[in-house]
Amino acid sequence: MTAAAEGSRPLRMAGARRSPLLQSEAVQGFALISPTFVYALILLVLPILVVIAHSFWTQHYLTIDHTFTLENYRIALTEPIYRDLLWRSLYISLTVSLLTVVLAYPIAYFISFHGGRHKSLWLFLITIPFWTSYLLRVMSWKVILGYNGVLNSGLMGLGIISEPSDALLYNSTAVIITLTHAWATFAILPIFVSLEKVDRTLVEAATDLGDGPLRSFLRVTLPLSAPGVISAALIVMIPTVGDYVTPKLVGGKDGVMIANAIQAQFGKASNWPLGAALSVTTMVIVSLMAGTTVLIIRALQRLAR
Amino acid sequence: MLERVQSERTQGDRTMIDIRDVTRSYGSFKALDNASLAIHEGEFFSLLGPSGCGKTTLLRMIAGFDTPTSGSIAVDGQPMDGIPANRRPTNMVFQSYAIFPHLNVEQNVAYGLKRLRLDAGEEKRRVEEALAQVSLTGLGKRRATELSGGQRQRVALARALVMRPKVLLLDEPLSALDKKLREQMQVELRRLQQAVGITFVLVTHDQYEALAMSDRIAVMFGGRIAQVASPKEIYQRPVNRQVADFLGGMNFVKAEIVEENGASLVLDTLGFGRVKTDKPKAFVRNGGNATLGIRPERLRVLWDNATAKFEVAGKVVERHYFGEITHLIVEIPGLEKPLSVTETNDFGADDIPVGTSIRLAYDPEALVAMAD
Repeated sequence: MTAAAEGSRPLRMAGARRSPLLQSEAVQGFALISPTFVYALILLVLPILVVIAHSFWTQHYLTIDHTFTLENYRIALTEPIYRDLLWRSLYISLTVSLLTVVLAYPIAYFISFHGGRHKSLWLFLITIPFWTSYLLRVMSWKVILGYNGVLNSGLMGLGIISEPSDALLYNSTAVIITLTHAWATFAILPIFVSLEKVDRTLVEAATDLGDGPLRSFLRVTLPLSAPGVISAALIVMIPTVGDYVTPKLVGGKDGVMIANAIQAQFGKASNWPLGAALSVTTMVIVSLMAGTTVLIIRALQRLAR
Repeated sequence: MLERVQSERTQGDRTMIDIRDVTRSYGSFKALDNASLAIHEGEFFSLLGPSGCGKTTLLRMIAGFDTPTSGSIAVDGQPMDGIPANRRPTNMVFQSYAIFPHLNVEQNVAYGLKRLRLDAGEEKRRVEEALAQVSLTGLGKRRATELSGGQRQRVALARALVMRPKVLLLDEPLSALDKKLREQMQVELRRLQQAVGITFVLVTHDQYEALAMSDRIAVMFGGRIAQVASPKEIYQRPVNRQVADFLGGMNFVKAEIVEENGASLVLDTLGFGRVKTDKPKAFVRNGGNATLGIRPERLRVLWDNATAKFEVAGKVVERHYFGEITHLIVEIPGLEKPLSVTETNDFGADDIPVGTSIRLAYDPEALVAMAD
């Protein structure tokens, strides 16, 4: 911090002779980020390395055998149960991110283009659900979707169904509905920011060149807000693959996701190496999926021209 | 020469844009107040005025981005009421150029053509032609973000011209460029307009830009059109002090109306004595007084014993050197404000010491009477 402050002063003669290193902008930058960087190194990189190391070891009841083995990965990739859980997790997180982006975009668009003087009020309203705990929000979906829940009694009251349906809760659809709602704000904000950056004159120029509202949206606004859509999709996709609270609360037997299996391995099953191998496998696959999503959105953006 | 031929050709041509009694109010504020204007086909027309005078509002209403509170606008005989911007036979060059950043030069220019579904060869030919018109041949694959200010402006022009609009609207297109490039683009824009023959409507706050490029100019103040005339007439025969002042330097002298008839005015002034001038068409007398104006460059320094039929005598109180010209501030006995005089430096006006008594010659033709 001192280094950065000192370097910004134009003390060329004395400063340069004393410590030319601190004069360089790159060094000043590193000095500024170093506290966060060290923090991240200790709490993020080290644990990941520990997990990766564990994934190549074997558990013998209470002790861990440190000889190198790929057995854990064989189980993680070939056991039908884990393969199914992984597929289901990917399916849920992909569906959730797609739904969230599709539902969040119109809201972000409305606030950005038609929010007028009340933009900050709208943004404030959107963050209100975050004043309550994540668990509470998930539980409230239980109240809505449950056997004696709001939705069932509402539908019965309207005479659409004669007895409560138990198909609403404890399955992957319930997980998808809950996650979509829980992550909406995280998708709205990046999309809103990228829409704010779209120069309104560009939309006028498109109109001037003959485009109606829909065409100018598809050819100008949407491609220019693609960075926001990409970050929204990633922000939702990456954490939802590994979510285990939501499936545990509303997923039931059919909504179990890979994170629940990982948690079981580290907990009840007490097989850390297998849990680690499952984690690493999930991480790699999520990275691949995120990368592919970025590529697909970019390709769509190019197609819009 | 070219200028004169052009302005004669457009004289009496049919009306391309017909603006009738257009008012645009925002609450109690009137951005445009009962403006009427007829812009001819093939004309280079400028809307000139200070910021906030309503010129951009008027341009945006022609383009369809704004709607008149009352009154009507017709383009090529067709009323534009209720016709959205994307269906109007006009195209616009925006002040910020509004180049699509995600597209390259070629794609920017072809943007409006895509909707017309031309075959690939025809589309390519028209894009090439438009790029050639603005001297950007060979830069088609350049990304929009890699262009200089001047190039961006040319892309914006090509993108509008390629649509072959009936009217091209230009919203302060040169204001973002540096002085040298701006002067070069003035000449090029004028040349381009002559070549394509499309009606150009230019919005600007730069009087020299308007004078240099236009066939006719409308000068606007506070939402009203003050005067519509050729550049020469606007400059030499401004209808009022405001217009005269906006179009460059002008000396104002208080005058008393002695005699007024259909074509001429006789005025009594302190510095210039009794003067007979043409009566401007729009002159409406307001009491017994009027203002007499003369441009600083229409006053000439008389050297040594030279005499002129019309002259005033005074004393130099200030001298400002501008390279090719010198600005002299000359106090005339009886005048409440000193006269400014612009003199070229080829006879040594830059060497006249402050305090020298000099005589100034003028042509009575250069005196303009303005209502008070």
